[in-house]
Amino acid sequence: MKKSALPDPFETARNTKGYGEMNDQNDPVTMILGHKDVRKCAHNWKTFQSGATPGRIVVPSEVNIRDTRQIPFEVDPPEHKGYRAIVEPWFKRPLEADYTAALTKQINAIVDEVLTKDAVEVVEGFSLRLQSRALTLLLNTPYEEAETWISWGTHVFRSEGNALDGEKANILYDYIDENISKAIENPGNDLYSMLLKATLDGKKLTREEIKGVVVLTFSGGRDTIVNAVTNAIAYFAEHPKSLLKLKNEPEIACKAVEELIRYFSPLTHMGRVVTGDTEVCEHAVKADSRISLCWASANRDARVFENPNEVILDRKINPHVGFGFSHHNCLGATHARQIMNILVNTLAEKVTSIDIIDYKENIEDLDEFKRKVGYDKLTVKFNGQ
Amino acid sequence: MAKITFITTDNKTITLEGTSGSVMQLAVDNSVPGIDGDCGGVCSCATCHVHVAPEHQTKTGEATEIETDMLELNDYANEQSRLCCQIEISDALDGIVLQVAESD
Repeated sequence: MKKSALPDPFETARNTKGYGEMNDQNDPVTMILGHKDVRKCAHNWKTFQSGATPGRIVVPSEVNIRDTRQIPFEVDPPEHKGYRAIVEPWFKRPLEADYTAALTKQINAIVDEVLTKDAVEVVEGFSLRLQSRALTLLLNTPYEEAETWISWGTHVFRSEGNALDGEKANILYDYIDENISKAIENPGNDLYSMLLKATLDGKKLTREEIKGVVVLTFSGGRDTIVNAVTNAIAYFAEHPKSLLKLKNEPEIACKAVEELIRYFSPLTHMGRVVTGDTEVCEHAVKADSRISLCWASANRDARVFENPNEVILDRKINPHVGFGFSHHNCLGATHARQIMNILVNTLAEKVTSIDIIDYKENIEDLDEFKRKVGYDKLTVKFNGQ
Repeated sequence: MAKITFITTDNKTITLEGTSGSVMQLAVDNSVPGIDGDCGGVCSCATCHVHVAPEHQTKTGEATEIETDMLELNDYANEQSRLCCQIEISDALDGIVLQVAESD
């Protein structure tokens, strides 16, 4: 098996039962594995709730380390619609020409820089830096802020070997509190200031609500983007013809990004709390228990995707759920897609090949399933044109 | 060359002309409100949902199973629904009228 491959550990369970089970800190999770079942459950917000105790729908659960409700992600319809309407235009800004130009400049600079080095550790030395710098555009804050976020490392919300790390999470919360206070004193054009101005049903958002949106912005797009970028580098390292194909056929870049997201599925799954006794895949699930929508499994469902374990860069029909599905589809998807699109084009333009020097896989422990989601470390040499 | 008319959710009429590519791409290139095409046309985001009037449905042909599955869980879908990233522009579409669907 190639080093860049992300195997599908869910295939047998998906085809035989349709679900898997894992114990998450004594709050068990029934994992929904099939593409159709995942989409149906994701759509059924009345039975499978997001607006539960803050932190409970995340797997591993974060109920012991936070009380702040992440918005709009941990709110159900109909309230969800109002919150989403406030933030949606802001999170569509990556489509604007100025934003795209600034992001292109950032990505060009970091690719040019790594091309001068003999070895680059991609997770911290490329992906985290790229993600943190790009986040300054999403928040519309000074570029220098990225240095603070880079200094937190890739695991600011969770520490290695410890799924829950309240102390680390508090660094982020204190930072956000401080920035909300600064924006109250000196309103500007940043995300904090936009949220301070916003109203919902004629009322301003509370400080706690603003914090909930910003925490989501930080946490939702960190390891997911770091994994997507790192996995893409590993993939191109072992498939240099793909880089050439993308160079010769730049028009397939959008399709390639969707396919890489399908194959990598940077977020393995997301939970929901069951509001009443029901069943999924002929399996009883009790009220107040949890299910998870396993995007990673759904994205390899052979009933939907031909050759699901192969990356087909110009896959034409690709109904993947890598950005989730239904009301709660990924708020940061536009930003993530732009990052990946520009990255793919920049690499195709500037890089001929990438050599993997060393790597350590990041394997998620999901009880009966062990899933590679990316790398803890990936050291490579970029070779320019 | 095909003339394609979009009626937006606030009842504005936009008529465009196209020769090739998907109807979604034509709409996005011309900033038709309500047609986002987030996924670039691979049938994964459903942000290019339109309703095709019954008298025009023969021009577009039938949706594939994957597209139908995608629409099945859309709250604003009906038997006239299509994802316009899956409708290729050709002369056969000339004169078609597409109502941009509501979305959340």
